[in-house]
Amino acid sequence: MKTETKAVDIDRDKGDFAYPEVHVRDAGRGLSEKTIHYISDVKEDPDWVREFRLRGLKTFLEKPLPTHWASKDLEAIDFDKIRYYLSPGTGAKRSWEEVPDDIKRTFERLGIPEQERKFLAGVEAQFDSEAVYSNIKKAVGEQGVIFVGSTEGLKNHPEIFRKWFGKVIPIGDNKFSALNSAVFSGGSFIYVPPGVKVKHPLQAYFRINAESFGQFERTLIIADEGSEVTYMEGCTAPKFETVALHSAVVELVALKGAKLQYITVQNWSSNVFNLVTKRGLAHEDAEIKWIDCNIGSRLTMKYPGVVLKGRKSRGEVLSIALANNGQHQDTGAKMIHAADETTSNIISKSISIGTGRATYRGLVHVPKHLKHCKNNTECDALLINATSRTDTYPAITVRGTGNSVQHEASVSQVSAEQIFYMQQRGLTEAQAMSLSVNGFVNDLVRQFPMEYSVELKRLIELEMEGSVG
Amino acid sequence: MNELRVENLHVAIGDQQIVRGLSLAVPRGEVHAVMGPNGSGKSTLAKVMAGHPDYHVTKGKITMDSEDLLALEPDDRARKGLFLAFQYPSEVPGVTIANFLRAALQSRLPEGEEMEATEYYAKLYEKMELLGMDRSFTSRAVNEGFSGGEKKRTEILQLAMLEPKYAVLDETDSGLDIDALKTVAHGVNSLRGSKIGILLITHYQRILNYIVPDHVHVMVQGRIVRSGGKELALELEERGYDWARAGADEPVLTR
Repeated sequence: MKTETKAVDIDRDKGDFAYPEVHVRDAGRGLSEKTIHYISDVKEDPDWVREFRLRGLKTFLEKPLPTHWASKDLEAIDFDKIRYYLSPGTGAKRSWEEVPDDIKRTFERLGIPEQERKFLAGVEAQFDSEAVYSNIKKAVGEQGVIFVGSTEGLKNHPEIFRKWFGKVIPIGDNKFSALNSAVFSGGSFIYVPPGVKVKHPLQAYFRINAESFGQFERTLIIADEGSEVTYMEGCTAPKFETVALHSAVVELVALKGAKLQYITVQNWSSNVFNLVTKRGLAHEDAEIKWIDCNIGSRLTMKYPGVVLKGRKSRGEVLSIALANNGQHQDTGAKMIHAADETTSNIISKSISIGTGRATYRGLVHVPKHLKHCKNNTECDALLINATSRTDTYPAITVRGTGNSVQHEASVSQVSAEQIFYMQQRGLTEAQAMSLSVNGFVNDLVRQFPMEYSVELKRLIELEMEGSVG
Repeated sequence: MNELRVENLHVAIGDQQIVRGLSLAVPRGEVHAVMGPNGSGKSTLAKVMAGHPDYHVTKGKITMDSEDLLALEPDDRARKGLFLAFQYPSEVPGVTIANFLRAALQSRLPEGEEMEATEYYAKLYEKMELLGMDRSFTSRAVNEGFSGGEKKRTEILQLAMLEPKYAVLDETDSGLDIDALKTVAHGVNSLRGSKIGILLITHYQRILNYIVPDHVHVMVQGRIVRSGGKELALELEERGYDWARAGADEPVLTR
C-alpha cells in the first residue's frame, strides 16, 4: 500500500473534513456491468446475488431521477464520478495529530470516548469494537439470534436471507433502491427466532465499526413470530465522509405478533447526499416502529414506511430532522394499510436553522374495503431564523367507512418574548434558543435510549451555536 | 450605594413617550411599591429595567449597586442579580420547570462547574412547599397550560430559587384570587430581608395589605407624582388616582 501525505482539507464546518485516501480494492469511478462484476468477484457473490445486482443496475439506468417532485439538487450528483466500491479496512493511515482541532473539540464536547474519537476521525480503521461485537454476538447467539453482516448473511444463511431479501423493497421501488441493489455492501442481517425477546438493543455501531462503514448499506432484519428486537444504527458524532453519495436500503419483517424497533441517529457532513429507502412489513398483530433522527447532510431524502399487511398490525414513525445552513432535510413517513384494524402513528418534528430547509412528506393509504383502521399524523416545524424554510406535503387517502384519520400540523417560531423571558433568568440568547429547541423535540427525544438522548441534546446545542445574534 | 436606582428616565416605543422623567431608588433591604392606573407606564418601567429590546431609553439612567444596567444585555443583568416577575410570563414548551431553573442556576456558575443535583432538588422542593406547590409541578413545562395563579406562583418560585439582589414584581397580584394572593404574599414575605430590594408594581392597594411596603410611589403619565410611607396607599385607595393626577404637573422626585 502506498501512502500519500497531502495537506488535510480543514477549511469547512465541523464534521466536514477530508483526507487523501488510498484503497486496496477499488472499483474505480462510474457504474457499468464491469463495475458490478468487479464487486461480485471481490465479494465472491453467489450467482443469484450477481444476477440481482445486474437487474438492479438495469433498473437504475432506466429510471429517471424523481425531480418532478423532489429537489432539483439531485441533478448535482455526477454518477460517473462516484466510486461504487472501496474494499473495507483499507482506509489510509493517518495520525491523530492530523485531525483538525475543531473536530477534536466537537468529539470532546459530545463526550465521545477517546478510542471512539480516533475511529470516527478516521485515524483508526476500527477501534476496540471487535471484542464488544463478539460478546454481543455470543450472548444473543445462545438464543439463536443471528447478527452478522449482510454479506455473511446471504452466504451463510441463504434459506432465511433469500426468502425476504428484496421483498419488502423491490429493486424497482425507486431509482436509489435500484442503485443500492446493484452495488450494495455492508449493512446488517439479523434474524430473531420465534418467541425470543432480545433484551438489549443490537447496535450496528459495534458491528459496522468492525467492518468499516458502508456507502451502500443493505440491512435486513427478520423478527420471527412473537419475538422482540430493537436495532440501533448511527451515532451523533459528525462523521467524516469521503464519498458524497450514500444510498442505503433497510428492510424489516415482523412476523405474527413480533415487535421490531429500528432507531437511527445520523449526523452527516454537509457534502453528503443521503438517499435512503426504509420499509417494514408488519404481519398479523405485529408492530414496527421507526425512530429516526437526521442531522446534517446536503440533502437527505428518507421516508421510513410500514406496510400493515396483517390484521391488527401497528406501525409507527417518530422522526426529528435538523436542517442547518445550506442543508435540506426531506423526510417523512409512509403508512400503507392493507388489513383491517391496523393502526399507524406518525410524529415528525423538524427544525430549520439559518438557510436550512425541512420538508415533510407523508403518505397514508387506507383502501376502501378495509374496516377500523386508524392513523394519527402530527408534524411540527420550528423555524429559527427569518431565512429558514419548511414545507409540508401530506398525501392522505382514506377511503371507506369506519376508518379514521387525524392530521395535525404546526409551524412555529421561538418568539422574541420567550427568548427575553429566558434571558431574564440568566440564560444567554444562544442558551435560551438551544433550550427552546430541546424543549420542542423533548417529547420525542425521551423515546430515544438514554445514551442517545443525552448526546442528542448536546448535539442540538452545538448546532444552535451561531444561529443567533 | 446598594440600591436599584432610576434617574430621570425617559422611555419610548417608536415615537411614543411612555416614561417621562422618572426617578426612584430602592435600597437593598426595603420594599417599595409603585402604584399607578392603567397606561401610566408601570409595566414599561419593569421591562426597561430588565432590558426588553422593544423599549428605547431616550434619556436618563438605571443603575444597580452603582453599575450601569443599560449597558448590559438582559441576561447579564439577570446574572448580576436583577429579577423580574413577569405580569404575563412566557410559555417555554417542552422545557420542564426543573430543567429550566437548573439551566438558570447553572448559568450563574463559573464555566466547568456543575451543580450538585441532590442539593438542587432539596432546595427546589423546600421552596415549592413554601409556595404550596405540588412536587409533580417540577415535571410540567414552564407555564404551558398553567392557570393565572399557577403562573404567578411559578414566578415567585423562580424568585426564591434564583435569590436575586433586586426583584421587580410586575402586577404579580393581578388575576389572583384571595387564597392565591395570600400564598404568593407569604412567599414574597419570607424572602424579605437585608439581602434583597423589592419593587412591587401594582394597580391595586389590596396586595399591600399582605406585603406591607416601606415606601409607596404613585406613578401617573410616566412619572412619580407622589411618594410616601405605606399610608399613602390607603390614602390613594380612598381618594382615587384623580387626586394623584392633580399633582402630576409637579413631579415629585424621591431621594
